Amino acid sequence: MKFGIIVFPGSNCDHDCYHVVKHVFGQKAEYIWHKDTGLKGFDCLILPGGFSYGDYLRTGAIARFSPVMNEVVSFADKGGLVLGICNGFQVLTEAGLLPGVLMRNRDLKFICKETSVRVENNRTAFTSSYRQGEPVRIPIAHADGNYYADPDTVKALEDNGRVVFRYSTPSGEATPEANPNGSVNNIAGITNSAGNVLGMMPHPERAAESELGSTDGRGVFESIIHAFSGCCEGHDHHGHGQKTHG
Amino acid sequence: MEMKAKVYVTLKKGVLDPQGKAVMGALKSMDFGEVSDVRVGKFMELELEGGSKDEEEKRLKEMCERLLANTVIENYRIEIE
Repeated sequence: MKFGIIVFPGSNCDHDCYHVVKHVFGQKAEYIWHKDTGLKGFDCLILPGGFSYGDYLRTGAIARFSPVMNEVVSFADKGGLVLGICNGFQVLTEAGLLPGVLMRNRDLKFICKETSVRVENNRTAFTSSYRQGEPVRIPIAHADGNYYADPDTVKALEDNGRVVFRYSTPSGEATPEANPNGSVNNIAGITNSAGNVLGMMPHPERAAESELGSTDGRGVFESIIHAFSGCCEGHDHHGHGQKTHG
Repeated sequence: MEMKAKVYVTLKKGVLDPQGKAVMGALKSMDFGEVSDVRVGKFMELELEGGSKDEEEKRLKEMCERLLANTVIENYRIEIE
């Protein structure tokens, strides 16, 4: 399976994602510069964390117009798996691939700490390795992670199992105290309606090796690899249609 | 035609503005007790070389919709000089 990691000017978790995919999981991985077009042969695209374009104007607002984003949108439209982590999540909302917006944290502070999130839906390509309702420890590191959408959008997300991760206590209670940033309904991660695009504020790539304190983030990558091998076994590993790009 | 445009981007009603709340708290602690709410927004000045004012207003609207404002949470107002 081949992962593509998009590098915007200001991305700073691109190397972590590359390391985890390539060295921890033994998959193929390649960096994709934000000016690249005509992507071919990728099975999953990762938009990593960081501060693309210095977060100028709004987080993700300028990165969203990088040339590569047209490729990301058409890859996603064809059912390709897209994972946006932290700043990547912010870019995906600005690009309209995911609804809502990530606003300034409730307490206006940059928060870098381990958090607990509950797996709200394990029937997605990104979470099948987890148990339904399982609390997992994955760190967050952001100033703008306060998820907001209008009430109708939030209801649609909730009703359709599109809230995938929710901030919780270590035992899995989604209480107001467990909400680090003020996100509506403690939302930490959502998918699009087709289920092939996930945005999440916690950093699974920072919780993929025991040396770093938690391996709970591994499940996201394991699930993606599992989803890919399940759908494309016996085929030529280009199952998501991106061959027709360009 | 050379023009100057002013773009005001403000948070929609009902969207929590933690920055505004913090500024209000500071004003209150400075003895400006009459302040009951503060909303922080953005102000942008654009210099343009464009066609007619009407045409440029249309294009400025597009700039706001696509980039300068996030209409999920923000409103915008345009003034052309």
